[in-house]
Amino acid sequence: MSAARPIGVEVLSPGAFATLQDGGRRGFRRIGVPWAGVLDRRLMRLANALAGNAEDSAVIECFDGGLQLAARGGAVRVAVAGHAALEIGSGEERRALPAWRSLTLAEGEVLRIRRMERGRLAMVAVAGLAPAVVMGSAATYARAGLGGIDGQGRALAAGDLLPAAAAAEGPERVLPQPPGGDAAPIRVIPGPQADHFSAEALAALVAGEYRVTAEADRMGVRLEGATLAHAGAAEIVSDATVPGSIQVPGKGQPIVLLADAQTAGGYPKIATVISADIPRLAALRPGETLRFAAVDVAEGERLARVAEACTRELLAAIRPLYAEGVDLAALYACNLVGGVVHALGPDYRPLLDPLPQQADPKRNTL
Amino acid sequence: MSPQIRLLDAGDAALTVEFGDAIAPGLLAAVNALDAAVARLARAGGLPGLIEAVPTFRSLTLLYDPLLTCRADVEAALAPLLVGAGEAQSASGRHWRLPVCYGGEAGPDLEATAAAIGATADEVVALHAGTEYRVYMLGFMPGFPFMGDLPERLCLPRRAEPRLRVAPGSVAIATGLSAIYPWESPGGWHLLGRCPVRLFDPAAAEPSLLAAGDCVRFEPVSAAEYARLAAAVAAGELPPAHWRAEAAAGGGR
Repeated sequence: MSAARPIGVEVLSPGAFATLQDGGRRGFRRIGVPWAGVLDRRLMRLANALAGNAEDSAVIECFDGGLQLAARGGAVRVAVAGHAALEIGSGEERRALPAWRSLTLAEGEVLRIRRMERGRLAMVAVAGLAPAVVMGSAATYARAGLGGIDGQGRALAAGDLLPAAAAAEGPERVLPQPPGGDAAPIRVIPGPQADHFSAEALAALVAGEYRVTAEADRMGVRLEGATLAHAGAAEIVSDATVPGSIQVPGKGQPIVLLADAQTAGGYPKIATVISADIPRLAALRPGETLRFAAVDVAEGERLARVAEACTRELLAAIRPLYAEGVDLAALYACNLVGGVVHALGPDYRPLLDPLPQQADPKRNTL
Repeated sequence: MSPQIRLLDAGDAALTVEFGDAIAPGLLAAVNALDAAVARLARAGGLPGLIEAVPTFRSLTLLYDPLLTCRADVEAALAPLLVGAGEAQSASGRHWRLPVCYGGEAGPDLEATAAAIGATADEVVALHAGTEYRVYMLGFMPGFPFMGDLPERLCLPRRAEPRLRVAPGSVAIATGLSAIYPWESPGGWHLLGRCPVRLFDPAAAEPSLLAAGDCVRFEPVSAAEYARLAAAVAAGELPPAHWRAEAAAGGGR
């Protein structure tokens, strides 16, 4: 008799780029190890809550869609948070599904992130996913070979098998009212080296649009727009960077540092993106534009609390989906899920039309 | 607070205490002393919400959770620690003695460095290995130590053409500092030799061999001895403590 096959999901395709991430690795910045971890913690918490995991469990963080997973060894429950259009199926039979819900893949059934309707990031939680922890975290950090699928920092690749739990009984869960788009400017707090720039540079930072270049990944986002002139030297004696640091090299074009960025740097940092707005910035696609607005520390702290309260409201709004199999759009329209219809984000439409749509670049412009 | 100390805004979740804008032993002492004081206060429960502190050449950055604390509370807790913090004496870090195979394939820039300063290769080795270095900070990449100060004669700018690939273990100099590359990476420093010691081990209780404030001396070894040590390190036969300098036993922590 053969042993039972281990239950899990097989990565058929990682799509554009996918890694295992969790809340990140704390306590090692002093030895040059950044936090890594998900670029959008709210999405991680929602995906995990939908899948029935602890909120901070590791998830698959996907850039730009394309991820394909297949259940192996049995049925597996997964959940997707992010503005993603999904498709599940086996063989020729496929159906489109909205994100922001859990679903149970029967053995062999395939989940695909067909495309992103907005932004770049989707988090896929897999019930029972528990990758090995390296230095306190499962987060993938390639530069030092830490965490991830192999414990050595590798991104996901076709053929990877992620052990999971056998799907639990009980209804799927759904977030009836996903977070809507937020076109507000990206808020920044000037400093720590704002005094290395001219007053005109500070004004320029918040005056015009900046465009996300092709150099946008987990380390940071290089922007192009108004040149930010240094008041003196364009290099400083290195000091610490933080997630959100806006460093400005000699040519005067800003780079916003993200989860995988190095922990110290020698370029002056004109400002820091507030923690509440880092996920929105990280989700911008190359070519999209943004505006910055300056706030003070107290306002940044207030916005952090507002963001957390919003996340908790979203978590609290997750409902069992008893009517499995019914048309979700009809469900929403009938208002069965508790007063959600009028509160749906203006851009959110459960994708029931399988025809690919051309993304409207204006809709994605912040 | 000493007049030269500045508190700099680093977003809603961090604060930088800046002692100056130079690379100097006095600033290192001040940063390390505040770092130690912050660690003691945090252990005593006096800095709720603190996630970690990051010492650099001239500053200490505190990263905290803005949902658990706030800038005003962090500043209030820090205030007593900043009194006289700029005048701290250099604390004694751990002392290390690290083998280096200088020149040849291991140190492709040794000859050029000698030529640049009008010395022989042996003189460069004697200068580099004849100096005790302090670890100012770790950064650029995990476990990468910025060490100083170099003897004046070895102070060169970076290479005009950075290399796309620097071998791991490369011992390098530039801009008045020395470093060891823990990983293969691009790099613009002058490569004098290679060190077989593992600088970063994620499975170790302290993943980085070196910490800010530690003292390092380099010991020239032959290519054959380098190969022997590298094999022993790879086989796990030489634990980190092997590289501690016993002569400086007073510096333990």
